[in-house]
Amino acid sequence: MIHPFARRAVLAGLGTLFAWAHMPRLADAAGRDPRLLVVILRGGLDGLGLIQPIGDPDYAALRPQDAAGGTRLDEMFALNAAMPNLLAMLRAREALALHAVATQYRGRSHFDGQDVLETALPSVTTGVRSGWLNRALEAMPRGARLPAPKGLAVAPVVPAIMQGRAPVETWQPQTFRYSDDDLIARLLDLYEARDPKLAESLRAGAALDHLMQEVPPGAPRERVPGRPDFVTEAAAAARIMARPDGPRIAAMGFNGWDTHAQQGTNRGVLYTRLGALDDALGALRSGLGPVWGDTVVAVITEFGRTARLNGTNGTDHGTATAALLLGGPVRGGRVLADWPGLAVGSLHEGRDLRPTMDLRAVLAGVLVEHLGLPERAIADTFPNERALRPMTGLIGRA
Amino acid sequence: MAINADAVLIAVQRFGLGAGPGELAAVARDPRGWAVAGATRAPDAPPGEATDAQEAVALFLERRETVGRQARERTQMEGGGMGAPRSEPPPRPRNAAERGFTAPGEVVERDLLARVSLATTTQAPLAERLVLHWSDHFTASTASGFVGYFAGAFERDAIRTHLQGRFADMLTAAVLHPAMLFYLDNNNSVGPGSPQGQRSRGRRGLNENLGREVLELHTLGVDGGYTQDDVIAMAKVLTGWSVDIAPVARDPQRIGFRPEVHEPGPKTVLGKTYPQDGPEQAMAVLRDLARHPSTARHAARRLVRHMIGHGQPALEARMAEVFRRTDGDLAAVHRALVADADAWGPPRKVRPPIELVFAAARLLGRPPPAPPPVRALRAMGQPFWQAPVPKGWPDGDEAWAAPDALKTRLDWSGEVAGRMAAGTDARALLTAAFGPAASAETRRTIERAADARQALTLLLMSPEFQRR
Repeated sequence: MIHPFARRAVLAGLGTLFAWAHMPRLADAAGRDPRLLVVILRGGLDGLGLIQPIGDPDYAALRPQDAAGGTRLDEMFALNAAMPNLLAMLRAREALALHAVATQYRGRSHFDGQDVLETALPSVTTGVRSGWLNRALEAMPRGARLPAPKGLAVAPVVPAIMQGRAPVETWQPQTFRYSDDDLIARLLDLYEARDPKLAESLRAGAALDHLMQEVPPGAPRERVPGRPDFVTEAAAAARIMARPDGPRIAAMGFNGWDTHAQQGTNRGVLYTRLGALDDALGALRSGLGPVWGDTVVAVITEFGRTARLNGTNGTDHGTATAALLLGGPVRGGRVLADWPGLAVGSLHEGRDLRPTMDLRAVLAGVLVEHLGLPERAIADTFPNERALRPMTGLIGRA
Repeated sequence: MAINADAVLIAVQRFGLGAGPGELAAVARDPRGWAVAGATRAPDAPPGEATDAQEAVALFLERRETVGRQARERTQMEGGGMGAPRSEPPPRPRNAAERGFTAPGEVVERDLLARVSLATTTQAPLAERLVLHWSDHFTASTASGFVGYFAGAFERDAIRTHLQGRFADMLTAAVLHPAMLFYLDNNNSVGPGSPQGQRSRGRRGLNENLGREVLELHTLGVDGGYTQDDVIAMAKVLTGWSVDIAPVARDPQRIGFRPEVHEPGPKTVLGKTYPQDGPEQAMAVLRDLARHPSTARHAARRLVRHMIGHGQPALEARMAEVFRRTDGDLAAVHRALVADADAWGPPRKVRPPIELVFAAARLLGRPPPAPPPVRALRAMGQPFWQAPVPKGWPDGDEAWAAPDALKTRLDWSGEVAGRMAAGTDARALLTAAFGPAASAETRRTIERAADARQALTLLLMSPEFQRR
């Protein structure tokens, strides 16, 4: 049956009616419109395999496979060879690496470590808990007539980092075959007549699907056998965030960093994962292209791994690790670290890279310098016995 | 007539799992009487063999043993050297046989299929809705790994068994169940003054998680008038309740109270001192918490908001009063809720995905052969028994109507209809589902659908089917 009117309506809707039921601009008078995407690497990233301290005299003995093969960044550090996109961003000064960073968590449980990373609360799990990114959303400055900004989680359910009072929407890759437009149009007609709230929601959902089905710019990606696909979700997050009316704050996660065996930094599991992450970072860079100058991507993990390889050529749960900040506003092109050294006496509990930088201070610095979060809101976002001092100098092109 | 038709629809949608074949006619004779009778019914048992808590412990131990052995074998194969890896890690196992053990997710999937099957035919659909509610009130989420082995036993032994009994009994069974002890870390909680705490010299200590959630989520509510000192005291009261997962068990039962980690001595919770020592202490505190007025208010509030909707303070207050007066007689509370005129207002809440899956199977007379419910629920944002927080699933009236989630419902409905439309007549199903209460627009939309599949998809997505 022909259904011309409704069809036209839905197609028009796809062009103009797309909206996250919110206008999330954080724009200030100066015309900045900052965006923040937090990427969580779940499982505990081996920071020593990502940003390799080749200048440390003890590194070669701990990681004989990795002493050569990375790309030298400075006197001290090399970047894992699996990451050409990140290398290019470092060289373009759009990426900043931080090393020997950790949250306040000193245990070795993934569950608890991720809980602390995401809630940033002083102790593991409280009842009605919230994530620091959600608390930051709540505290975000906004113009007089703008409603509270809404966050986006690229996940089936809202992850801990985004849980809380501020509204958050989720998006995940399509599981089922897409419905055809005729069906959508008929259902929209029915909802318009009977249930305007469902109509509004369905229209936005359908428009989002159309956006996601468009062919992404650039050549089709080639799949590397054995390399996990992190690109689909990264490209999706980029496309949603790059929309003029898209969310300004988003979070997503990549799993599988728990490299207990055969991580073989320059081959093996970690190499493969880092390659997949690099693909994803590249997809973010190109997908966020038009708004890259307003975007910061923070790549963080719950803890690092043991300095020494274990008996199965892997690494076990450790403490300090590396983190990344990417994006146009980042003062990049460098590795920031107060290097603790890898001599046995310098290691945390004789086994892990010792933390010398508080990851919360890094993140707080991004919130303040990039999103314009008032400094007084830091106490709620990252509660701590002693007031946490946000790091400065991370954001703002020199 | 019209008023009665609306009541019939509310009865099956809100106080049931949607109409099954022929059910509407039976309800139509006396919708309120039907719902009130259903409110105090005990739930039927899900079909098939359910894993009990002892078997769950065995599965947990078997998994740990197998994983450890496989790691040791790999180490030997590699020679334990520091040289370049000789082989990539083995490919991901696809099933229990390849893996060498049963994964928690497999147990949960089997449990889910049994519940979809039960929901399709049960004569006590309201009891199934209440099971969903109380399982959410006492969330023991399989999002934290091994809880999946215990979740089916938890739902049966703590929730189903006590569904129409005393809240105090459900509370005790839920809080002290292995699923909850694992999920909220009581298993790792060691009284600092206990024999094991003393030996560990501060390396093992108290974990407040379960103590806090008992007060905040299970009983009093966040505004229920307790302090951090109460949380700590509650955590100490609960020490000892655990599952012994040492390779060689001290007690072959493994589940229960272990005196060597229990914090000795009297504890004071909410101003009352409990002199008992050992397992009786937790029992006594939980009994008192169950009859605290804040608990009545908190439990009634959650029940009303889940079953009926938000913004009904008077109804919440009346249910709290019934709860308090009957000393937490859940059957009495359920009956009072369904008998209350305010519980019969127009549909407001969008059905959570799990109810949608149940209702579709019930209407169609059998669970759709595909997509698998596990996959469907994950895609729609409510992976089974996997709430992201101890507070359970979001429960706002529109919590499940976010754009991506609603569109995914449509795509799911299309796949279900693609497999079920042949041999069904959506117009007949429309009458079976809603009777005379179907709106003219919904009726017309389905009658004018392009084909049988589209018609069934539209029926599943109609406002009448999506809201309750």
